[in-house]
Amino acid sequence: MSTSSPNSSASRIPVPVIAALAAALIGLAIVLAFFVAPEDADQGISQRIFYFHVPIALTAYACFGWGAWKALRLLWKGGDRYDLESYVAIHQGTIFGALTLATGSIWAKASWGKWWVWDSNQLVLFLVLFLFYSAYFMLRFSIDDGPRRANVSAVYALFGVALIPVSFLAIRLAEDFIHPTTFNRDGPQMTGTMFFTFCVAWLAMTVLAYALYRVELLGKRLDANLRELREALA
Amino acid sequence: MSSGEKYVAAAYGVVFLSVLVYVVIIAAKLSRLERETAELAELARQRRRG
Repeated sequence: MSTSSPNSSASRIPVPVIAALAAALIGLAIVLAFFVAPEDADQGISQRIFYFHVPIALTAYACFGWGAWKALRLLWKGGDRYDLESYVAIHQGTIFGALTLATGSIWAKASWGKWWVWDSNQLVLFLVLFLFYSAYFMLRFSIDDGPRRANVSAVYALFGVALIPVSFLAIRLAEDFIHPTTFNRDGPQMTGTMFFTFCVAWLAMTVLAYALYRVELLGKRLDANLRELREALA
Repeated sequence: MSSGEKYVAAAYGVVFLSVLVYVVIIAAKLSRLERETAELAELARQRRRG
Protein backbone atom coordinates (compact mmCIF):
# COMPACT_ATOMS: atom_id res chain seq x y z
CA MET A 1 0.00 0.00 0.00
CA SER A 2 1.40 3.36 -1.01
CA THR A 3 1.12 5.80 1.85
CA SER A 4 3.18 8.65 0.48
CA SER A 5 1.91 12.08 1.36
CA PRO A 6 0.87 14.55 -1.35
CA ASN A 7 3.23 17.31 -2.42
CA SER A 8 0.80 20.19 -3.04
CA SER A 9 1.71 23.58 -1.55
CA ALA A 10 -1.12 23.39 1.02
CA SER A 11 0.03 19.98 2.24
CA ARG A 12 3.51 21.38 2.94
CA ILE A 13 2.13 23.63 5.69
CA PRO A 14 2.80 21.86 9.03
CA VAL A 15 -0.33 20.54 10.78
CA PRO A 16 0.37 22.44 14.06
CA VAL A 17 0.40 25.73 12.09
CA ILE A 18 -2.98 24.91 10.51
CA ALA A 19 -4.42 23.83 13.88
CA ALA A 20 -3.16 27.04 15.55
CA LEU A 21 -4.64 29.13 12.73
CA ALA A 22 -7.99 27.30 13.11
CA ALA A 23 -8.00 27.92 16.89
CA ALA A 24 -7.19 31.63 16.39
CA LEU A 25 -9.88 32.06 13.72
CA ILE A 26 -12.51 30.26 15.83
CA GLY A 27 -11.64 32.52 18.78
CA LEU A 28 -11.94 35.59 16.55
CA ALA A 29 -15.24 34.35 15.10
CA ILE A 30 -16.70 33.82 18.61
CA VAL A 31 -15.63 37.33 19.69
CA LEU A 32 -17.11 38.84 16.52
CA ALA A 33 -20.35 36.81 16.81
CA PHE A 34 -21.01 37.72 20.45
CA PHE A 35 -19.41 41.15 20.97
CA VAL A 36 -19.20 42.90 17.59
CA ALA A 37 -22.07 41.76 15.33
CA PRO A 38 -25.37 43.49 16.11
CA GLU A 39 -28.38 41.51 17.31
CA ASP A 40 -30.81 40.53 14.57
CA ALA A 41 -34.06 42.53 14.76
CA ASP A 42 -36.28 39.56 13.82
CA GLN A 43 -34.67 36.53 15.40
CA GLY A 44 -32.92 38.08 18.39
CA ILE A 45 -30.02 36.21 20.01
CA SER A 46 -30.85 32.85 18.40
CA GLN A 47 -29.63 34.28 15.06
CA ARG A 48 -26.07 34.05 16.49
CA ILE A 49 -26.29 30.27 15.99
CA PHE A 50 -26.17 30.97 12.25
CA TYR A 51 -22.58 32.26 12.43
CA PHE A 52 -21.49 28.68 13.09
CA HIS A 53 -24.41 26.68 11.68
CA VAL A 54 -24.21 27.98 8.08
CA PRO A 55 -20.36 27.82 7.81
CA ILE A 56 -20.46 24.25 9.23
CA ALA A 57 -23.04 23.27 6.58
CA LEU A 58 -20.98 24.88 3.78
CA THR A 59 -17.86 23.10 5.11
CA ALA A 60 -19.74 19.78 5.04
CA TYR A 61 -20.62 20.40 1.37
CA ALA A 62 -16.97 21.30 0.66
CA CYS A 63 -15.73 18.10 2.35
CA PHE A 64 -18.14 15.94 0.35
CA GLY A 65 -17.07 17.77 -2.81
CA TRP A 66 -13.39 17.29 -1.93
CA GLY A 67 -14.05 13.59 -1.31
CA ALA A 68 -15.74 13.29 -4.71
CA TRP A 69 -12.83 15.09 -6.41
CA LYS A 70 -10.36 12.66 -4.84
CA ALA A 71 -12.63 9.77 -5.86
CA LEU A 72 -12.63 11.04 -9.44
CA ARG A 73 -8.82 11.22 -9.40
CA LEU A 74 -8.70 7.66 -8.08
CA LEU A 75 -10.89 6.38 -10.91
CA TRP A 76 -8.99 8.48 -13.42
CA LYS A 77 -5.37 7.93 -12.34
CA GLY A 78 -5.55 5.13 -9.76
CA GLY A 79 -3.54 4.97 -6.53
CA ASP A 80 -4.28 4.13 -2.91
CA ARG A 81 -3.48 7.68 -1.88
CA TYR A 82 -6.66 9.07 -3.45
CA ASP A 83 -8.82 6.36 -1.89
CA LEU A 84 -7.59 7.25 1.59
CA GLU A 85 -7.95 11.00 0.93
CA SER A 86 -11.48 10.56 -0.43
CA TYR A 87 -12.47 8.42 2.58
CA VAL A 88 -11.06 10.93 5.10
CA ALA A 89 -12.73 13.89 3.35
CA ILE A 90 -16.11 12.11 3.40
CA HIS A 91 -15.57 11.20 7.06
CA GLN A 92 -14.97 14.88 7.84
CA GLY A 93 -18.02 15.83 5.77
CA THR A 94 -20.16 13.42 7.77
CA ILE A 95 -18.92 14.87 11.07
CA PHE A 96 -19.67 18.41 9.86
CA GLY A 97 -23.00 17.19 8.47
CA ALA A 98 -23.97 15.80 11.88
CA LEU A 99 -22.99 19.13 13.45
CA THR A 100 -25.12 20.98 10.87
CA LEU A 101 -28.16 18.87 11.80
CA ALA A 102 -27.50 19.29 15.54
CA THR A 103 -26.99 23.08 15.48
CA GLY A 104 -29.86 23.49 12.99
CA SER A 105 -32.20 21.53 15.25
CA ILE A 106 -31.27 23.68 18.24
CA TRP A 107 -31.92 26.82 16.20
CA ALA A 108 -35.27 25.37 14.99
CA LYS A 109 -36.32 24.70 18.58
CA ALA A 110 -35.37 28.25 19.56
CA SER A 111 -37.15 29.87 16.61
CA TRP A 112 -39.99 27.54 15.61
CA GLY A 113 -40.50 25.68 18.90
CA LYS A 114 -39.85 22.37 17.10
CA TRP A 115 -36.64 20.32 16.80
CA TRP A 116 -37.42 19.31 13.22
CA VAL A 117 -39.81 20.43 10.47
CA TRP A 118 -40.52 17.92 7.71
CA ASP A 119 -42.11 20.62 5.46
CA SER A 120 -38.78 22.30 4.79
CA ASN A 121 -37.18 20.93 1.60
CA GLN A 122 -33.73 22.12 2.55
CA LEU A 123 -33.80 20.32 5.91
CA VAL A 124 -35.06 17.07 4.42
CA LEU A 125 -32.62 17.18 1.49
CA PHE A 126 -29.70 17.84 3.83
CA LEU A 127 -30.82 14.84 5.91
CA VAL A 128 -30.95 12.73 2.73
CA LEU A 129 -27.42 13.89 1.82
CA PHE A 130 -26.20 13.10 5.34
CA LEU A 131 -27.78 9.63 5.34
CA PHE A 132 -26.43 8.94 1.84
CA TYR A 133 -22.88 9.64 3.02
CA SER A 134 -23.46 7.73 6.27
CA ALA A 135 -24.30 4.69 4.11
CA TYR A 136 -20.93 5.20 2.35
CA PHE A 137 -19.21 3.76 5.44
CA MET A 138 -21.52 0.73 5.56
CA LEU A 139 -20.77 0.04 1.89
CA ARG A 140 -17.03 0.63 2.27
CA PHE A 141 -16.58 -1.64 5.28
CA SER A 142 -18.73 -4.40 3.81
CA ILE A 143 -16.07 -4.97 1.12
CA ASP A 144 -12.61 -6.44 1.79
CA ASP A 145 -9.67 -4.05 1.60
CA GLY A 146 -8.29 -3.76 -1.93
CA PRO A 147 -8.84 -2.14 -5.35
CA ARG A 148 -12.49 -3.29 -5.53
CA ARG A 149 -13.35 -1.51 -2.28
CA ALA A 150 -11.53 1.63 -3.45
CA ASN A 151 -13.34 1.68 -6.81
CA VAL A 152 -16.83 0.97 -5.41
CA SER A 153 -16.35 3.63 -2.70
CA ALA A 154 -15.14 6.14 -5.31
CA VAL A 155 -18.17 5.57 -7.55
CA TYR A 156 -20.51 5.96 -4.55
CA ALA A 157 -18.75 9.17 -3.49
CA LEU A 158 -19.16 10.56 -7.00
CA PHE A 159 -22.90 9.77 -7.06
CA GLY A 160 -23.36 11.58 -3.76
CA VAL A 161 -21.85 14.79 -5.01
CA ALA A 162 -24.86 15.23 -7.33
CA LEU A 163 -27.01 15.70 -4.22
CA ILE A 164 -24.99 18.74 -3.09
CA PRO A 165 -26.34 21.30 -5.63
CA VAL A 166 -29.84 19.84 -5.16
CA SER A 167 -29.59 20.29 -1.39
CA PHE A 168 -28.00 23.75 -1.73
CA LEU A 169 -30.48 25.07 -4.28
CA ALA A 170 -33.58 23.33 -2.89
CA ILE A 171 -34.69 26.32 -0.87
CA ARG A 172 -34.41 28.61 -3.90
CA LEU A 173 -35.94 26.23 -6.44
CA ALA A 174 -38.89 25.23 -4.25
CA GLU A 175 -39.43 28.75 -2.86
CA ASP A 176 -39.23 27.30 0.61
CA PHE A 177 -39.97 30.18 2.95
CA ILE A 178 -39.63 28.20 6.17
CA HIS A 179 -35.85 27.95 6.29
CA PRO A 180 -34.13 31.37 6.22
CA THR A 181 -31.68 32.16 3.38
CA THR A 182 -28.25 33.64 4.02
CA PHE A 183 -27.73 34.52 0.36
CA ASN A 184 -30.23 35.24 -2.38
CA ARG A 185 -30.15 37.00 -5.78
CA ASP A 186 -29.69 40.37 -4.02
CA GLY A 187 -26.58 39.16 -2.16
CA PRO A 188 -26.02 38.42 1.54
CA GLN A 189 -29.11 39.00 3.70
CA MET A 190 -27.26 40.73 6.55
CA THR A 191 -25.44 43.93 7.49
CA GLY A 192 -21.75 44.53 6.75
CA THR A 193 -20.56 43.58 10.26
CA MET A 194 -22.74 40.48 10.27
CA PHE A 195 -21.40 39.47 6.87
CA PHE A 196 -17.79 40.01 7.99
CA THR A 197 -18.45 37.85 11.09
CA PHE A 198 -20.03 35.20 8.88
CA CYS A 199 -16.99 35.21 6.53
CA VAL A 200 -14.53 34.88 9.44
CA ALA A 201 -16.59 31.99 10.89
CA TRP A 202 -16.72 30.36 7.45
CA LEU A 203 -12.93 30.65 7.07
CA ALA A 204 -12.49 29.32 10.63
CA MET A 205 -14.63 26.24 9.93
CA THR A 206 -12.86 25.59 6.61
CA VAL A 207 -9.42 25.78 8.27
CA LEU A 208 -10.66 23.60 11.17
CA ALA A 209 -11.94 20.99 8.71
CA TYR A 210 -8.63 21.07 6.84
CA ALA A 211 -6.69 20.68 10.12
CA LEU A 212 -8.85 17.69 11.14
CA TYR A 213 -8.51 16.24 7.62
CA ARG A 214 -4.72 16.46 7.78
CA VAL A 215 -4.58 15.02 11.34
CA GLU A 216 -6.79 12.07 10.38
CA LEU A 217 -4.81 11.49 7.19
CA LEU A 218 -1.55 11.51 9.17
CA GLY A 219 -2.95 8.97 11.63
CA LYS A 220 -4.19 6.67 8.85
CA ARG A 221 -0.86 6.84 6.98
CA LEU A 222 1.09 6.17 10.17
CA ASP A 223 -1.18 3.22 10.88
CA ALA A 224 -0.61 1.78 7.39
CA ASN A 225 3.17 2.27 7.61
CA LEU A 226 3.28 0.53 11.00
CA ARG A 227 1.25 -2.37 9.65
CA GLU A 228 3.68 -2.72 6.75
CA LEU A 229 6.65 -2.57 9.12
CA ARG A 230 5.09 -5.20 11.38
CA GLU A 231 4.57 -7.52 8.40
CA ALA A 232 8.21 -6.97 7.29
CA LEU A 233 9.55 -7.73 10.76
CA ALA A 234 7.31 -10.73 11.40
CA MET B 1 -30.35 33.36 31.23
CA SER B 2 -33.20 33.60 28.68
CA SER B 3 -34.31 30.54 26.70
CA GLY B 4 -32.77 32.06 23.52
CA GLU B 5 -29.42 32.41 25.28
CA LYS B 6 -29.66 28.81 26.50
CA TYR B 7 -30.19 27.55 22.94
CA VAL B 8 -27.25 29.62 21.64
CA ALA B 9 -25.05 28.22 24.44
CA ALA B 10 -26.25 24.69 23.59
CA ALA B 11 -25.47 25.10 19.87
CA TYR B 12 -21.95 26.44 20.51
CA GLY B 13 -21.49 23.81 23.24
CA VAL B 14 -22.31 21.00 20.81
CA VAL B 15 -19.64 22.25 18.39
CA PHE B 16 -17.06 22.64 21.19
CA LEU B 17 -17.87 19.20 22.63
CA SER B 18 -17.55 17.56 19.21
CA VAL B 19 -14.09 19.04 18.68
CA LEU B 20 -13.16 17.92 22.21
CA VAL B 21 -14.37 14.35 21.52
CA TYR B 22 -12.34 14.38 18.28
CA VAL B 23 -9.22 15.43 20.22
CA VAL B 24 -9.81 12.60 22.75
CA ILE B 25 -10.18 10.05 19.90
CA ILE B 26 -6.98 11.30 18.23
CA ALA B 27 -5.15 11.23 21.60
CA ALA B 28 -6.24 7.60 22.13
CA LYS B 29 -5.08 6.72 18.62
CA LEU B 30 -1.71 8.43 19.19
CA SER B 31 -1.25 6.42 22.40
CA ARG B 32 -1.94 3.20 20.51
CA LEU B 33 0.46 4.15 17.71
CA GLU B 34 3.15 5.02 20.28
CA ARG B 35 2.68 1.61 21.94
CA GLU B 36 2.85 -0.20 18.60
CA THR B 37 5.96 1.75 17.57
CA ALA B 38 7.64 0.79 20.86
CA GLU B 39 6.75 -2.89 20.25
CA LEU B 40 8.21 -2.75 16.73
CA ALA B 41 11.37 -1.02 17.99
CA GLU B 42 11.77 -3.79 20.59
CA LEU B 43 11.25 -6.41 17.86
CA ALA B 44 13.89 -4.72 15.68
CA ARG B 45 16.35 -4.62 18.64
CA GLN B 46 15.81 -8.35 19.27
CA ARG B 47 16.44 -9.07 15.60
CA ARG B 48 19.71 -7.09 15.68
CA ARG B 49 20.92 -9.02 18.74
CA GLY B 50 20.18 -12.20 16.81
